[in-house]
Amino acid sequence: MAWFKKEKYTTLKPPVMKDRIPEGLWTKCENCFNLVLTKDFEENLKVCKKCNHHHRLTARERIAMLADEGTFQEMFSNVQPTDPLGFVDSKPYSERLKAAQKASGHDEAVVVGKAEIDGIPVGLGVMVFEFVGGSMGSVVGERITRLIEYCTEYSLPLVIVSASGGARMQEGILSLMQMAKTSGALSRLAEKKVPFISVLTNPTTAGVMASYASLGDVIIAEPDALIGFAGPRVIQQTINQILPKGFQKSEFVLEHGFLDKVVHRKDLKKTIALFLHYFTGQKPRSWSDEEVTEASENRVSA
Amino acid sequence: MAITAFDFEKPIIELENQLLEREKQEPRDEEAIRALREELERKQREIFENLTPWQRVLLARHMDRPHSMDFVQGLMTDFVEVHGDRGFADDKAVVTGFARFRGERLCVICQQKGRDTKENLMRNWGMMHPEGYRKAMRVMRLADKFGMPIVVFIDTPGAFPGIGAEERGQAEAIARNIRDMFTLQVPIVCIVIGEGASGGALGVGVGDRILMLENSWYCVISPEGCAAILWKDRGMAERAAEQLKLTAKDLIALEVVDEIIPEPLGGAHRDPQTTFKNVGVALAKNLEMLQALPVNELLEQRYLKFRAMGKFVELQQDEATSSQSE
Repeated sequence: MAWFKKEKYTTLKPPVMKDRIPEGLWTKCENCFNLVLTKDFEENLKVCKKCNHHHRLTARERIAMLADEGTFQEMFSNVQPTDPLGFVDSKPYSERLKAAQKASGHDEAVVVGKAEIDGIPVGLGVMVFEFVGGSMGSVVGERITRLIEYCTEYSLPLVIVSASGGARMQEGILSLMQMAKTSGALSRLAEKKVPFISVLTNPTTAGVMASYASLGDVIIAEPDALIGFAGPRVIQQTINQILPKGFQKSEFVLEHGFLDKVVHRKDLKKTIALFLHYFTGQKPRSWSDEEVTEASENRVSA
Repeated sequence: MAITAFDFEKPIIELENQLLEREKQEPRDEEAIRALREELERKQREIFENLTPWQRVLLARHMDRPHSMDFVQGLMTDFVEVHGDRGFADDKAVVTGFARFRGERLCVICQQKGRDTKENLMRNWGMMHPEGYRKAMRVMRLADKFGMPIVVFIDTPGAFPGIGAEERGQAEAIARNIRDMFTLQVPIVCIVIGEGASGGALGVGVGDRILMLENSWYCVISPEGCAAILWKDRGMAERAAEQLKLTAKDLIALEVVDEIIPEPLGGAHRDPQTTFKNVGVALAKNLEMLQALPVNELLEQRYLKFRAMGKFVELQQDEATSSQSE
């Protein structure tokens, strides 16, 4: 019909750079696609220097970043998954578990243990998103609950870093009940006035967000993390509307009053240490005497 | 009778119609009528004793099935409703208040579905917002303060997934309810009467006793939701319902639910009066049992009840370290 219509511009394929770059030297940012030297990227805790995008850390990297060197001791790793329902979708759950163990290098979706954060002893739990979307089944619930009970018994402050799509469907109702189990244990921790700092990373949603992740005495999130109850796709399908920009991102959640702070990854450890100081009275090891004096002088002059 | 029938009920409906015809015929053939009645009952038993999980899901959603407030009206007297979360609004997807059951004071929390479109719009199809969870907690705290046992009727397709719900902290509201229900110093009985979907149900579902009507379901996700995620096809809901182990019998086997309350033959909607009676008997028995416990024991048992939930393997510590180093 419209024979006079302007033709589309020809699209040229960008030259393939891959061949000329040695594998692993450069890392491309997931968000702005800029190339950064992998060494710099790692040194910057996997945060893009250009756009500030926080890339996902593995649980091991997270522990290395938060716990003082050599202080982390894993606990309750003897609690191992099983297939209580005999669940089969495209493949049996038991096989899915094995595949997840192989792919993630972790045995389940959470690692828990004892550690020191800037010299302050804590119970530390870190979720493994690479393991079935960080979903909470019986093992995650049990390990977290044992950690909470351990912290309750020894009055040890608790820090949990969440990254989870929610409860694990393949364990049915048992996954749902882990929300009750962990939250019940937290009610006893609170009764004993032991602090709990909940750290949310991208993403923390559904069953985990609707249980322990929301129950911290303070809740800290990394920038631009997806945080919410229902996933954005489900909401969009239910209400049939375009979701507002930034919906369910850390800054949005902070604005609505459900977070205490959004903290850049490089400041996360010292922020946690500061809260631990306020809640326990213990001083972070890195605070030199000078710093303390300086701070108190500031207070006097202010 | 204008009762919606499912495909699997067709043989029953046919027999019922035959029976109606026969009864109208003059002269009455008592022999044939009796034979038909027996045949009908046999057929009903055969079908209802072998319901698939998906058929139970359909029954749990039957539009004529008694809803939470029907149980309050059928079992209790002097009901007085209280409204609002004192923070934002009055969520009508949950009805809260006080009632008398066999002469005793009770706090009742009802997840409430509507009967028709108009009522469903008001009740939001039984899907609560954060203010609903907060209202429920406010009223449960009154029960705690004034020493009334709490009865929760659970019937929801899930907590509402919407923009406002997220802005007002749906996750926080549910999490806080779950945690704080562990601290309420009065007996709590939860009864799943229809659908018990996910955190939406658990947000008012931490109880000392959890009972389920025979044809209700309770699960971490709806069969449709599960099918959409795992099979990328909502049409696989029937398959998902089988895999998820969500019927009352399954939940007894998984040690999550304490007791199944039997429904009359053909489902609760066929004979609501008998359903109320059965629920009343179970409720009275469980309340009596719980009220005999001292408070500290009640709270300890509630904690241990949920503490024991979940299935996992526990290796010897040295096995664990060796499997880790592999």
